[in-house]
Amino acid sequence: MSANKDGLLSGEFFMQGDIASAEGAICAGCRFFGGYPITPATEVAQRMSERLPLVDGMYVQMEDELASIIAVLGASWGGARAMTATSGPGFSLMMENIGLGIMLETPCVLVNVQRGGPSTGLPTLAGQSDMMQARWGSHGDYAIIALAPSSPQELFDLTIHAFNLAEIYRLPVLVMTDAEVGHMTEKVVIPPPEEIDIVPRRKPTVPPEEYLPYRVEPGELVPPMAVAGDGYRFHTTGLTHDERGYPATADDSAQWPLVQRLIDKIEKNKDKIIILEKDGLDDAEVAVVSYGIAARTAVWPIQMAREEGIKVGLLRLVTVWPFPDEQIRDLAGQVESIVVPEINMGQIVREVERCAAGQAEAISVPHPGGGIHDPQKVLNAIRRAAGRK
Amino acid sequence: MGLEMEGYRLDKSLETHAEAEGLIEEIHGRHPMDDLLRTDRLPHIWCPGCGLGTALTCFLSALRKSELDLDKVSVVSGIGCTGRVAGYVRLDSFHTTHGRAIPFATGLKLANPALKVVVFSGDGDLVTIGGNHFIHAARRNIDITVICVNNFNYGMTGGQAGATTPIGGLTTTSPYGNYEYPFNVSALAAASGAVYVARWTVLHARRLERSIIEALLKPGFSLVEVISPCPTGFGRRHKQRQGLDTMRYYHEHGVIQHGADPREADIGLSGAVVEGKFVDIDKPTFLEQRTRRLEQVFDK
Repeated sequence: MSANKDGLLSGEFFMQGDIASAEGAICAGCRFFGGYPITPATEVAQRMSERLPLVDGMYVQMEDELASIIAVLGASWGGARAMTATSGPGFSLMMENIGLGIMLETPCVLVNVQRGGPSTGLPTLAGQSDMMQARWGSHGDYAIIALAPSSPQELFDLTIHAFNLAEIYRLPVLVMTDAEVGHMTEKVVIPPPEEIDIVPRRKPTVPPEEYLPYRVEPGELVPPMAVAGDGYRFHTTGLTHDERGYPATADDSAQWPLVQRLIDKIEKNKDKIIILEKDGLDDAEVAVVSYGIAARTAVWPIQMAREEGIKVGLLRLVTVWPFPDEQIRDLAGQVESIVVPEINMGQIVREVERCAAGQAEAISVPHPGGGIHDPQKVLNAIRRAAGRK
Repeated sequence: MGLEMEGYRLDKSLETHAEAEGLIEEIHGRHPMDDLLRTDRLPHIWCPGCGLGTALTCFLSALRKSELDLDKVSVVSGIGCTGRVAGYVRLDSFHTTHGRAIPFATGLKLANPALKVVVFSGDGDLVTIGGNHFIHAARRNIDITVICVNNFNYGMTGGQAGATTPIGGLTTTSPYGNYEYPFNVSALAAASGAVYVARWTVLHARRLERSIIEALLKPGFSLVEVISPCPTGFGRRHKQRQGLDTMRYYHEHGVIQHGADPREADIGLSGAVVEGKFVDIDKPTFLEQRTRRLEQVFDK
């Protein structure tokens, strides 16, 4: 373990998930954090308040989560890689300006350390019940990217990955972890800086007088991004806008190409974005589809079921949004039934059911939040799915 | 064939005009502020008699006289009539969400301290829905200039009451007269820690311009409150049918009192409109405070 002259850590650590996320952000070049304390995400802010001044970065504690997310958007337009971290109630407050981030096409990262809800719910205990909110929470139509880490190491890795995706596709990327992973302490390996891939921001190459902030070249879906102070003197607005970034609200002529492109830039790049982890699916007749800590809880029940002779495997969604429609459709063509444990009352199971389209039975293993699944319940669900008992 | 259809068509013809910018120039000539305006977006949406044109002109003129590097000036607006300012200035400009211009500006400024960041928005945006951000940015002494155009109502949505509407004010949501105590914008900024606070009506354009120059060049959180007519939303319900009637009212009721205690300068439906430079103090900015603290800790 060592810190280089730039204050970057590398080596092996026994590290908490929230802190691993903060260190991942710093390795990814994040130099702005705007946040508001909220359990169980507070450690991310604490770590950033300590670390950012050491790497020439800026930590600012805002007055609420509305201010936090929009300060992050402002910082991104100021040229910084920027992030915030929150949990359920704060995530709800951020919804409107996640929409602004989508509309202005602003790269940034939001870590949601999920807890039990609704409302104040279970501040210190895990949940995964913001998964649909992550997809649909801000008003209007859009596409989003959401990642679901299941360990502190992955919280580190996926936070870096989230920054890269944010720059490539120009949108807020959501790291949807939970109180279990966020507060779990495990081994985290931080590679030396030169081994970490960082995707830089794609800036315009044309002179200012030719620059149209929302013009995409034929065959492309993401425009290059000027930042304030570069001399481009651009305008951007949360109103529906044309290629110039000017409001175009008299009819739907600009709305069509804009909204379609905001969706297409994610949907048409699904193959590049989606990460899945498969284990023991080759001969499977039953599949467990899960994500985050719930996928980890499913490992033991799957082993037990295998020992009982049930052919069962795991498909872990590292990327939850965009949803891997095709892969689930293919899986449903192979297996008899799909068991979906998640720490909510059945959110992603609906997506699985939609994609399975009757080819395989989708079986929900719900949990209202407040802890992880009892592995025995997951095992029982697998047994039922296999027609045992 | 109603007026609404005409309205839709008008918007389309505006776009045609935008394409024919050269023709407009040929007919109307150049405006002295054209190089600072997105002329392809004109004419603006503001009503006849509105004070926003004057407020914007004073700002652009002040900007030019300030001799700031215009490539390093960003304008951030929220939502509302004043919120449209960001769309008309030929600068890096951001039209954000309702009430959130100040925290957006905070992030922008802190990410790149070389920028001069100006928030240009209305009273409803800045001190009603965005009131929390307004007081906290002033408390932190974030180095931004806030120009708050105060017309005592929500103009864009059709003249509703807000946190600045005077007691007794008639609006579309206070049809029997407003009975809520209003905010005094200048006093709120001063109480929250602003280092520069001035208030002018748009009648006092030269003084307004001078105050904006001072505010732009003042390190820290500066506020210029601009009292503006809104004949469509507010004036016509208060015997000021035309913008000119309100300007006459400012002429008769405006009282210039530099150094006045802004707490003693509430604005009602009648009585004096106290204006002037209320606060001009020196205090380290957020970034200066931060640097000082970090140096104390790390250079020991």
